[in-house]
Amino acid sequence: MRIVVGQGSCGIATGAKKTAEEFEKQLKEKNIENISVQKTGCIGSCFLEPIVDIYDDENNLEVRYVKIQPESVAEIVEKHLLGGELVKEYAIPEKDQAFLGKQKKIVLRNCGVINPENIDEYIAIGGYEATKKALTSMTQDEIIEELKSSGLRGRGGAGFPTWFKWNAAKENEADQKYMCCNADEGDPGAFMDRSILEGDPHALIEGMIIGGYAIGASEGVIYVRAEYPLAIARLEKAMEQATEKGFLGKNILGTDYSFHLRIKAGAGAFVCGEETALIASIEGERGMPRLKPPFPAQKGYWQKPTNINNVETFANVPWIIANGGEAFASMGTEKSKGTKVFALAGKVKKGGLVEVPMGLPIKDVIFDIAGGIKDDKAFKAVQMGGPSGGCIPAELADTTVDYESINKTGAIVGSGGMIVMDETTCMVDMARYFLDFTRKESCGKCTYCRIGTKRMLEVLERITNGEGKDGDIELLEELASKVKDGSMCGLGQTAPNPVLTTIRYFRNEYEDHIYNKKCTAKSCKPLLTFTITADACTGCTLCARKCPTNAITGKVKEPHVIDQNLCIKCGKCHEVCRFNAVNIE
Amino acid sequence: MVCKNSSLNCDCSCPDFSELAPVLEKYAKVPGSLITVLQKTQDIYGYLSIDAIKYIAQKTGIKPAKIYGVATFYTQFRLAPIGKYLIMLCKGTACHVNGADAIEEAITEELSIGDGETTEDGIFTLNNVACLGCCSLAPVMMVMGDEGEETYGNLTKDTVKKTLREIRKRVQEV
Repeated sequence: MRIVVGQGSCGIATGAKKTAEEFEKQLKEKNIENISVQKTGCIGSCFLEPIVDIYDDENNLEVRYVKIQPESVAEIVEKHLLGGELVKEYAIPEKDQAFLGKQKKIVLRNCGVINPENIDEYIAIGGYEATKKALTSMTQDEIIEELKSSGLRGRGGAGFPTWFKWNAAKENEADQKYMCCNADEGDPGAFMDRSILEGDPHALIEGMIIGGYAIGASEGVIYVRAEYPLAIARLEKAMEQATEKGFLGKNILGTDYSFHLRIKAGAGAFVCGEETALIASIEGERGMPRLKPPFPAQKGYWQKPTNINNVETFANVPWIIANGGEAFASMGTEKSKGTKVFALAGKVKKGGLVEVPMGLPIKDVIFDIAGGIKDDKAFKAVQMGGPSGGCIPAELADTTVDYESINKTGAIVGSGGMIVMDETTCMVDMARYFLDFTRKESCGKCTYCRIGTKRMLEVLERITNGEGKDGDIELLEELASKVKDGSMCGLGQTAPNPVLTTIRYFRNEYEDHIYNKKCTAKSCKPLLTFTITADACTGCTLCARKCPTNAITGKVKEPHVIDQNLCIKCGKCHEVCRFNAVNIE
Repeated sequence: MVCKNSSLNCDCSCPDFSELAPVLEKYAKVPGSLITVLQKTQDIYGYLSIDAIKYIAQKTGIKPAKIYGVATFYTQFRLAPIGKYLIMLCKGTACHVNGADAIEEAITEELSIGDGETTEDGIFTLNNVACLGCCSLAPVMMVMGDEGEETYGNLTKDTVKKTLREIRKRVQEV
């Protein structure tokens, strides 16, 4: 029997490490020797963390316990491990099982199943078989052909066919070529790549070996963002073990093929998601994009042919090689094959990591898998594609998740972040938030991106501050089209998307802010009016004491009043009131 | 007085870079390793001082202006010292939607510091970061100290204040 505790970053943040330590302590105290405590990566159901799986001696999952804090460990040890009796109150509730129901796990097949720090577990479930198959029985062209038939497209954002890039890098003759992995998951609101790196690092390594072999590269670089310390640590360990077993290094599996892999920790710059910027960064420079062509497949890292894919793309490769491109292509839609991992967050009941076949309607993801909106509020929109994407409104919830359908809405599939918003999210503020991000992250090379995003942000700030003017919406639209046209790389070309999509679907909210000086979501504080409902106010004086501008007056045990001329709309009174007497309009 | 970094041409009031020397020995001649060198320098000293930049320039032959250019391009690099604990407050989309601004307010109320500032007692520095990737636990912060990093999720104004108070108490007891 073994106990497996999910320990991705999210799990650890909710206390999984302490839970695992408590299990170890209890087992030791009670002299139980035939049960081991192991770790695994992200199970995906972040809302249930910390998660503890109990496997029997035949390695079947006996039960999944959820939300297990150290205090509950003793009871599980006593009743289940010693008494053999299921502890029902901790077992995963039936309704939460549905979270996994509509999912199809290809990329996340091993996440939350194996111990990512033990290569033997990966090998035991068929790991590195694809590498063996590719290196010993397939030619470079055959691998690329297999990818072509799979229809795999880049999972980092643009959705470019992977086989095409590999073929271009293969066709360019050179004494040295490079295979790079973009693990610099820079989209705020996305954590798919982190979970793969933490939960199944060997799948990525294998994908890179196969890809390296296909294009003829002998060296690989994984560019990981420095904010992911656990991911880097697990990747390092995995690379070490793979080298020991002869999957990395010289003459892999006794073949002529050699592949050396190393990690390069990024230093935090969103623009480094752009291929040429990423290459500049690996070379130790400022990560600024350059004009294409030449494409990296022609002249990339140190001017040599270089191929770059993202983590999820690579993690699909071993499965495709092992099961065949046709099997992969049997999932998904006509133009978007396979599955896609989404990071569900925001105002959903059950946030986490989900993997679904391409072509599933958005509403199925949000309502069937994620259980709907928190506190049963109204679903307003879903943001996809991060700062390069857009907001898809509730009325388009039937849109299916595939590259073409999402692009039609003005958003993009992007790397897979899905931030769900309810009625309390202000769409103008959302646009402002993203512009603030892209303005900071613009590398400054192109004037339109450097200054245009700044000007757009100023207009949006004006609107959310209640100082919007007639013509501001049109000005935003004009600036947006110029920034799109005048920028060289994807960052600038897509930066206006969050603004354009919110204007397209929520123009009335912009107009409310500008002409009626109202924020219907009650989120833009300068546009709100705070009043005290006399009937509800008990005259406890708490708000008057907390008000930083002494705008609230009133006698003890008598209703208080807010002087609107003095009120700075900080919201402190609303926050401290225990009787719900502060009204916001 | 003998210069601690004998190769530096100075009047010898320069700081001791003996910890950094082996890093440069390893990387100085490896092309493309400037970012790695800067990361290791920051690991050792907590930030990149002008003196450190000059020292790296001398050892690698890269112009100080260029090193400064790289150091200021990336958000990870700091040019000023930080407190004992670095609070990385996530400002990702999910955290924004779930009220990260209120958490920042609470931190400011508790510690009287804003983004990029350090408390007077040198215990805390606050840095807003783009995304920590724990979106389903939003709002989130990561606190990095000598003992490693700890992530705190599902924050409220009260829990963030409580957490900071506990850390401060722990430091003051030592």
